[in-house]
Amino acid sequence: MNKKPSATADSKAETNVPSASPAVSAAINQQLSKDDKIAMFRTMMRIRRFEERALRAYQAKKIGGFLHLYIGQEAVAVGCCSLMGKNDHVITAYRDHGHAIAVGMGLNEQMAELYGRATGCSKGKGGSMHFFAPDRNFWGGHGIVGGQIPLGTGLAYALKYKGLKGAVMAFMGDGAVNQGAVHEAYNLASLWQLPVIFVIENNGYSMGTSQSRSSAGELAKRAEGYDMAWDICDGHDVYAVRATMDKYLKLAREECKPAVIEIRCYRYRGHSVADPDNTYRAKTEIEEYRTTKDPIQVYQKQLVSEGVLNDALIEKIDTAARAEADAAAEFAEASPYPTPDDIQKDVYWEADHPAERKSQGRLFFD
Amino acid sequence: MPQISYREAIRHALAEEIERDKNVVLIGEEVGQFNGSYKVSEGLLAKFGPTRIVDTPISEAGFIGLGVGASMLGIRPVMELMFWSFYSVAFDQILNNAANVRYMSGGLINCPIVIRGPANGGTNVGATHSHTPENILAAHPGVKVVVPATPYDAKGLLKSAIRDNDPVFFLENTILYGDKGEVPTEEYLIPLGKADVKREGTDLTIVTYGRCVLHSLAAADLLQKEHDVSVEVVDLRSIRPLDIDTVLASVAKTHRVLIVEEQKPFASVGSQLAFMIQREAFDELDAPIHRLTTVDAPAIYSPPVEIEQLPNPQRILKAALELTA
Repeated sequence: MNKKPSATADSKAETNVPSASPAVSAAINQQLSKDDKIAMFRTMMRIRRFEERALRAYQAKKIGGFLHLYIGQEAVAVGCCSLMGKNDHVITAYRDHGHAIAVGMGLNEQMAELYGRATGCSKGKGGSMHFFAPDRNFWGGHGIVGGQIPLGTGLAYALKYKGLKGAVMAFMGDGAVNQGAVHEAYNLASLWQLPVIFVIENNGYSMGTSQSRSSAGELAKRAEGYDMAWDICDGHDVYAVRATMDKYLKLAREECKPAVIEIRCYRYRGHSVADPDNTYRAKTEIEEYRTTKDPIQVYQKQLVSEGVLNDALIEKIDTAARAEADAAAEFAEASPYPTPDDIQKDVYWEADHPAERKSQGRLFFD
Repeated sequence: MPQISYREAIRHALAEEIERDKNVVLIGEEVGQFNGSYKVSEGLLAKFGPTRIVDTPISEAGFIGLGVGASMLGIRPVMELMFWSFYSVAFDQILNNAANVRYMSGGLINCPIVIRGPANGGTNVGATHSHTPENILAAHPGVKVVVPATPYDAKGLLKSAIRDNDPVFFLENTILYGDKGEVPTEEYLIPLGKADVKREGTDLTIVTYGRCVLHSLAAADLLQKEHDVSVEVVDLRSIRPLDIDTVLASVAKTHRVLIVEEQKPFASVGSQLAFMIQREAFDELDAPIHRLTTVDAPAIYSPPVEIEQLPNPQRILKAALELTA
């Protein structure tokens, strides 16, 4: 087995990951340069190290509220976001740090947001579940299960209205598929042929309720009821994610065809860090995934076999990712909190642009 | 000045803004081919085509959420709710997403959406279709809430609402749609948050908005003729932002306040007004602030009784006399 498992998440984990990705031959993966491949590996590693550092900060009571970690699902966000073109957009739910890093948001602004600091990506006003970067086509970060899916459909509506050839990836968890808003969005997307891919990141558990206890039937197959294409892919293999998503993104961009894609993945941590994770799944199941399907291990082994990575480079990337996460925590720690005067800023566009204000009267009350 | 209906005034505002700005679209149930459930959008599909006038399925959470998302990317959608009562099935989209997205993104994202439709009782459609949610909407910082009473106000306020960069919720009234009033042919805008003194008086201020403005004006006529009481009627027009200064100026003149609203009493718009008036003009008051609301029960169906559940000129007259006696 791999003698350097410490290069990935868990030093104790013995790895027994598959030796080659069946998706390596897909054209979209064939065209990746060595640098592209290393960049994707680095992003996956940065997500994991960021999340681990955030967990330590949470345990040290530096972070309030909820913290939903993306550990174990890195190949999904990285694979999907690696395909983004200029007019492609992303929206997701509350497990949003991985997508934020994958679209290129900096670790400092994210960690500072977790710490509730004014230097955070939402100035300390959104918290873990509400990261946004519209300059990177990243529209959140949304707290209510399934509530972001109509918004993503609206982004796709705007793209089509403006005649832009782009697509929206609207991510949700497997727990979201039973929300009414999701089904209403499916119907509108198909009815109006909007360029949106509904991506179900199926980590097997809707909070503490397993898929078999919460959802009837195949999750993605529900698309058939709305006359939409659907597919399932392996979310532990970043190449497989890219191969599947590329196909449907092209259909969305070129032909305004929506689709529902279920990406099967697994989270190693609880639903949030408040989840003791001892009532609804066995430790052996988590171990099984860690040792046989870990997306970073899978991709690392793949890239070693391709001659793209070697032990020294892996060590270098991992060390840099840890250092970057630590530096982000230091940046956050050293940053100021927003002030009480900031509470009522960013509420109304008009209140923040008094010179351009057209309305009169009181906007705020006491 | 030509006389046009409240419905036509809204239609003209929509048409002018759709013509002016290519990013303005009207989206809602039956707005296109059906020509509007209440004929507000009659003729707009023929004039502007299906890209600008968009029929939706009955799917409020879906299409309101879609409008919010589209507005984040620069579209200026005007979403028609057949009844504001249906806001409850789109509550998460309206009050979590539209109201909060600017704040939660630290000001990075705007939501220039208008959601409009009728919000009133008095049409014998029972409790599910008779909600007046302006207090519930206005309780959410980040949103603006407008309730016009006349064709002139409806047109000028809707045009301002469509140009506003914040989410604006525009509450119309099915009973007013046919009412006619003077509306100039030349373009005009009415700023949100500017109250209008609809009648001047010296003995009593009625603070009101929406259809209750018309009831209050009718009551004011009776009070003048039959009881020699001079009533000033202040039409708020906009709930949030709120022109409290015009209210306070009137209170300083009459020293008596009656709030009239088609709301249920608990935590109503009037509750907020009463708090502000006593807090900011306590020394001006010669009597406790009085309030007339809808009788506190779900909207009754029975047609003659519903009239008595809602504010009407006789109920207003009675409340005013209690205050001035």
